[in-house]
Parts: sequence; C-alpha cells; structure tokens
Amino acid sequence: MPQTYTPIASTTVGTATNSVTFSSIPSTYTDLILVVNGVLTGSGGGRFRVNGDTGTNYSYTRVYGNGSAAASDRNSNQDFAYGSNLTTVVSNGIYHFMNYSNTTTNKTIISRNSASDAMVNAVANLWRSTAAINSITFDTGGYNMTTGFALALYGIKAA
Amino acid sequence: MAFTYSPIASVTVGSGGASSITFNDIPQNYTDLVVKVSARSSVNDTAFTVQFNGSTTAYYTRNLLTYVAAPTAGTAASSTQSNTASASLEALEPSTYTANTFNSSEIYIPNYAGSTNKSFSADTVTENNGTQSMLVMVAGLLSNTTAITSIKLSPATSGNFVQYSTAYLYGIRATEY
Repeated sequence: MPQTYTPIASTTVGTATNSVTFSSIPSTYTDLILVVNGVLTGSGGGRFRVNGDTGTNYSYTRVYGNGSAAASDRNSNQDFAYGSNLTTVVSNGIYHFMNYSNTTTNKTIISRNSASDAMVNAVANLWRSTAAINSITFDTGGYNMTTGFALALYGIKAA
Repeated sequence: MAFTYSPIASVTVGSGGASSITFNDIPQNYTDLVVKVSARSSVNDTAFTVQFNGSTTAYYTRNLLTYVAAPTAGTAASSTQSNTASASLEALEPSTYTANTFNSSEIYIPNYAGSTNKSFSADTVTENNGTQSMLVMVAGLLSNTTAITSIKLSPATSGNFVQYSTAYLYGIRATEY
C-alpha cells in the first residue's frame, strides 16, 4: 500500500530560536515534505540548507504576490534555498523535496508559502548536488521562531 | 503502521445541487487538515469561500495571487482582503465555462487544533477550454485562537454547487499513534 505523509520527525519551538535541523533523515522514502507554521519575531525570514551545505550551490525561481502586485524573480548561486516569507503574523510554508535520496541527480525542492499579511508565493529551488539529502536545516536568519512554532517532516513512499 | 492522508469525511453533491458543503465535528487528534475540492457553480459565479466554525465574525484576512491565462496573453495580479466574514478563494468554475468541467482546489490548514490564530493555504485552478484558465494561490489567516471543528465551503455570491461537485477532508498526523 502506498504510504503518504508518514511522520519522520516533528518539533515545536520552546525557547525562541532561528534554526532547527532535522538530521539522520532515513533514505527509505521517495519524497520529503516539511511543513512549518508559526510566528517569527520579525518579518521576512524562512530559508533552508540541506546536508549542512553552506556553499553557493542553491538557486531558485519564484512567483509571488504581495497584495498589490504580482511578480517573479530568479536568483542563482545562493548559499540558502528560498523557503518562505514568514512574518510576525502566523503563517506557513510547505516544502516538497523531490526524489531526495537518489545519488544521480541534483535536487529539486518546491516551496509554497502563505503569509496573509505579506506575501503568497511558490518557489522552485535547485540544490546542485547529487548527494542524497540526509539533513535539512530551516533557518529564519535575523529573526527567531517564537515559542509554539511547529515544524513537521514527513516521508512519502511511491507505490 | 502505514500512514496516509487519513480520510475524515467526504461530500458528493447530488441532483439539485447544494448551497454549501460543510464538514462538522472534525476530530481534534490530527496535526493538519487538507480539503480537496472539485466544484462547479450553477450560475456565472467565479469565486467560492471558506468559513471555519460557522463564524461570520470579521476574522479573515487573505493575500491572493492570481494568474489568468488566455489564448493570446496572460495577466497576473495580487490583492488583499481583511476583516471579512469569510475568506474568498476565488476560482470557482462558473456555469458559463466548458461543460462538465470543475475546478480543482486544495486547502491546507496546519495546526488546526492548536490555540493560536490559524494560517491556511489554498491553491485552485479553473479551465475554460480554448478561452482561458485561472490559477489562484491564497495565503489565509483566521484571527481566532479556537480550534477548528467545522469547515464550510460556499459559492461567493449566488447559486449552488452543481451535482457531482465533491469535497474530501483528510487529516495528517505528525506523530505516530
């Protein structure tokens, strides 16, 4: 039976922090889904790295609406993958890591962010590495995830 | 134990249509909720709304990104809406669009049973063959800390959801039983 959204790990922030890492991710699934939901101490945070890679090996193309205009942009050679535009109002991000455990291809991550007071966007990320993803670090930069901020990692296994 | 989108409830609109689709008594033992919708209006109405817990108090805020694709040109736009009695998700397949065609929508509500305000996402598409299609992404906020126990979907202005419109409610659990 195909399994979808099998919980791998989850955490709820107790003490405010700007970084949460999911490590030792099993390689037995086909895709990963990371869901984040909560409030930051400031507006504009939400990005991630995989396998602790701090090199400029990420790029993204984004389409977004900020309540007054729709736009699209692209950035290459970034040292983070673009995640979300989380704010001081409860908002959420959902990230799909496609075929994360293969060791043949670079990795594609689709992000979907909803911040009702700031931005709604969809992002296609690329991590230029053929390594299997075994850790994900979600980072909110200069702002903290406040107490109660929830992060949940799920695995999806193909039939 | 295998985990899936756990089905909670489903609605298929019968003959005569339905003025709304409501899921009541939503169990509180999941982490997130997902609603999958396939709907069409009985009139020329291109929007539908979502309302939680039957509340019509002005709690809703949303940020919307719309892309309308036409045969020769497409347009993108963004808008906001605040303090409304329900959140409009747009993109309902109206009666004037290609026959037997329904929209496709997903509403994702993380941490629906928590004691904070509720953020939700909605992605919807419509299609009118050879004329235009629409993609709408919504960032929504319910400014109410009460856990969500019911969800109501309605055409935004008038008419009904037609026969064969469907809505499926699923639960996702972040921790094992």
